Amino acid sequence: MSQKEIEEILMRQLASCLAMPIFIVDPQGTLIFYNEPAEMILGLRFDETGEMPLAEWATVFTPRDQRGTPLPPQDLPLTIAVNGRRPAHGDFYIRGLDLVLRHIEVTAFPLIGQADRNLGAVALFWEVNT
Amino acid sequence: MHVALWGTRGSLGSPGAETARYGGNTSCVEVRGPNGTALVLDAGTGIRRLGAALPRSLRRVDVLLTHLHMDHIQGLGFFAPLYNSEIEVHIWGPASTTLHLRNRLMRYLSPPLFPVRLRELPCQLVLHEVPCGDFDIGEFHISALLIGHPGPTVGYRIATLQATLAYMPDHEPALGVRQFPLSREWTSGYAVAADVDLLIHDAQYSSQEYPSHIGWGHSSLPQALAFAALADVKQFVPFHHDPAHTDEDLDRLIAEATAAVRPVFTVTPGTEGAIFDLGVAEKATHASTAPVRRSLS
Repeated sequence: MSQKEIEEILMRQLASCLAMPIFIVDPQGTLIFYNEPAEMILGLRFDETGEMPLAEWATVFTPRDQRGTPLPPQDLPLTIAVNGRRPAHGDFYIRGLDLVLRHIEVTAFPLIGQADRNLGAVALFWEVNT
Repeated sequence: MHVALWGTRGSLGSPGAETARYGGNTSCVEVRGPNGTALVLDAGTGIRRLGAALPRSLRRVDVLLTHLHMDHIQGLGFFAPLYNSEIEVHIWGPASTTLHLRNRLMRYLSPPLFPVRLRELPCQLVLHEVPCGDFDIGEFHISALLIGHPGPTVGYRIATLQATLAYMPDHEPALGVRQFPLSREWTSGYAVAADVDLLIHDAQYSSQEYPSHIGWGHSSLPQALAFAALADVKQFVPFHHDPAHTDEDLDRLIAEATAAVRPVFTVTPGTEGAIFDLGVAEKATHASTAPVRRSLS
């Protein structure tokens, strides 16, 4: 069995200790972890979803703008961070796996390790109370 | 593969009657291959005696540094091959995100900390930055992977056709983990240690001491035993003993921790002078100048 990169491991451990919802993807955009606060917003425990390819997580939560227009995966902050290797921010609506519609804000940043290694990206997000 | 422990203490050289049996020199391990290739793992104070014991015919030696904390490089300036113009000395170690390995080493090997500058060393010095993917030195195939410890730190996995060794003297895989260990995939250092014949691993603290040292980069002995079990190692050497632990303390801590989990692998406490010959009849013997090694199963 292979092992995750140390930066990914430490990021998961940090995320596990924080009260902010955090979502971690690998360089291919595959969801590799989200923490307990994120479970409250996404509507399902990570142990139940497991790892999920970008094409799946980018659509399963049906991200939409305020008019209800679906957002393409490439426009999501986390996708921008992992593909463009730059921070990105946005707000939009998702329908969690518990089928509840939520308005969320997301800030995403790339995970770049020593020797310029691309290790994926991290998204911090929170529910907007309007 | 011949493995000899020349320094097993962590953090600070700790000579004295109360540490004489396990040893007071800081991290240094000699590894010799079946064809005579010589590796030195870390340059703690134990490297001085090792340098004096190397055969005069040796023309190349590779020093593999896990990281650049002082207890792992303090002996470097006293390593005899550095002062021999007929010897190639290759030093492998991690760069930082902002400094090359050479610049990092120069901070120690220059005044006011040391009288001789790195560039003044007579040997044929070659520096290599890790991690750099897998590489070969003589008959050894080596992997250097980043592991959990403050600052850039690698663990080394060293293999010959006959045997495999993992060396992680400073490692805190339990950091931030509520119930250690997690799965293999999410455990720092697993890929270094998986299924090795011999694991030399940080076991600096007792269970009682660890909570007041979280984040310092080290493991408790029970955590190290759990890590060794996760990695399915054949033999485990607790290493990097706390400088405050006397021989009697280590006897008690290792006996208690081992009795509590009854590991299926051999536990051989890291003792200065201990020798392991892997890939033949796997056993540990002992150098004549060092105290008797203990082995617990």
